[in-house]
Amino acid sequence: MIPGQFEYIAAESPAHALELLAEYGDDAKLLAGGHSLLPMMKLRLAVPEVLIDIGRLNDLAGVRADNSELVIGATTRHADLAASELVRAEAPLLAYAAAQVGDPQIRHRGTIGGSLSHADPAADLPMALVALGGSVEIQGPGGSRVVTADDFFQGFFETALRPDELLTAVRVPRRPGVPWGYQKFVRRSNDWAIVGVAAVDGRIALANMGATPLRATAAERALADGASPAAAAEHAADGTSPGEDMHADREYRKHLARVLTRRALEHQTG
Amino acid sequence: MTRIELTVNGEKRSDEVEPRLLLVHYLREICGLRAANVGCDTTSCGACTVLLDGRSVKSCTVLAVQAAGQEVLTAEGLSAGGELHPVQAAFRQNHGLQCGFCTPGMVMATVGLLAENPHPTEAEARAGLEGNLCRCTGYHNIIRAVLAAADAQAVPAPSTGVSA
Repeated sequence: MIPGQFEYIAAESPAHALELLAEYGDDAKLLAGGHSLLPMMKLRLAVPEVLIDIGRLNDLAGVRADNSELVIGATTRHADLAASELVRAEAPLLAYAAAQVGDPQIRHRGTIGGSLSHADPAADLPMALVALGGSVEIQGPGGSRVVTADDFFQGFFETALRPDELLTAVRVPRRPGVPWGYQKFVRRSNDWAIVGVAAVDGRIALANMGATPLRATAAERALADGASPAAAAEHAADGTSPGEDMHADREYRKHLARVLTRRALEHQTG
Repeated sequence: MTRIELTVNGEKRSDEVEPRLLLVHYLREICGLRAANVGCDTTSCGACTVLLDGRSVKSCTVLAVQAAGQEVLTAEGLSAGGELHPVQAAFRQNHGLQCGFCTPGMVMATVGLLAENPHPTEAEARAGLEGNLCRCTGYHNIIRAVLAAADAQAVPAPSTGVSA
């Protein structure tokens, strides 16, 4: 399978990428690791006229601490996120989630900014960002803004990013030693979650239980009110209306959400 | 067309390519290196695995233009002076193949894995090769080969490619 024709431009800086986005708008797509975009282009589900390559911009990659948060550059690859000593110590759920994406070859290429921008509701990193209460830094023609994870994911493969904007970094709270749980139900070892659950510090996020990664708010409320993990987990699927596919119908996904939430709450590390 | 300069198996190259040309097609059709196979063409099977700056990647999901300025290593670049690379030798010794289609990808994924983790446990070897499928299901001997290669090495650092 061969992608459609496009013009390729390697951005020389984030500012250059923004200029190119302003020039080409909706006709352009940003390319980083390409592990969401290129498969779509090969299937002709995406046919951009221009690809703006930001994958070589080293100042968009890497992890640093900034007061109470870790700041992760958008083009940080999953393998580097999973191996980062800083992330493993202070946001271990995020490092673990990065290690669950795809397989080693995919983790060598895929980037956190790309995964979040792609916004697959079944993916690991969007769910992890919602569970952690993180946010994303976005640069656009009018300057930069910060959007919380809860506001960033707006629909099925839809985010708050506008066509002329660039996701530059991801922010997550530094929480060394805070217990967390992560459960991902798959039929093949390197697949997307049929249902996923990430829980940390009273927050519970669900993957593939709707059009976006969701908070299990009823279960969170039950926990806050003193319910046991098992009792709170009974509410994990409340208010959700997950899709159906060959792997699972709606009721089975809701069942999985309850079971996996109980496991994520009862088997925590950190 | 876009001009790319890169190193393939230790040899510097400069080629005009269409931006949409996939790395695996660049290697097979322009460089004439046909070890990397197009299997699933959907980033699943790993038959097209090569090393890019020392890390395993699936070359069906990398554009040739994305490899510009980097070092590509394919199975053809592993053996030097007629000697099999230790990973190749271990696959041969342990019969880590059946039909052989997945083998170049398995070998390159193994070289990449052992560069990151020189002494994997069996579980780590299996997880490290989860991105490579063998439709013959010959996994037991493949894992034996990976562990034997780990025992046998010093595996040379992969990013250096063939000796100049």
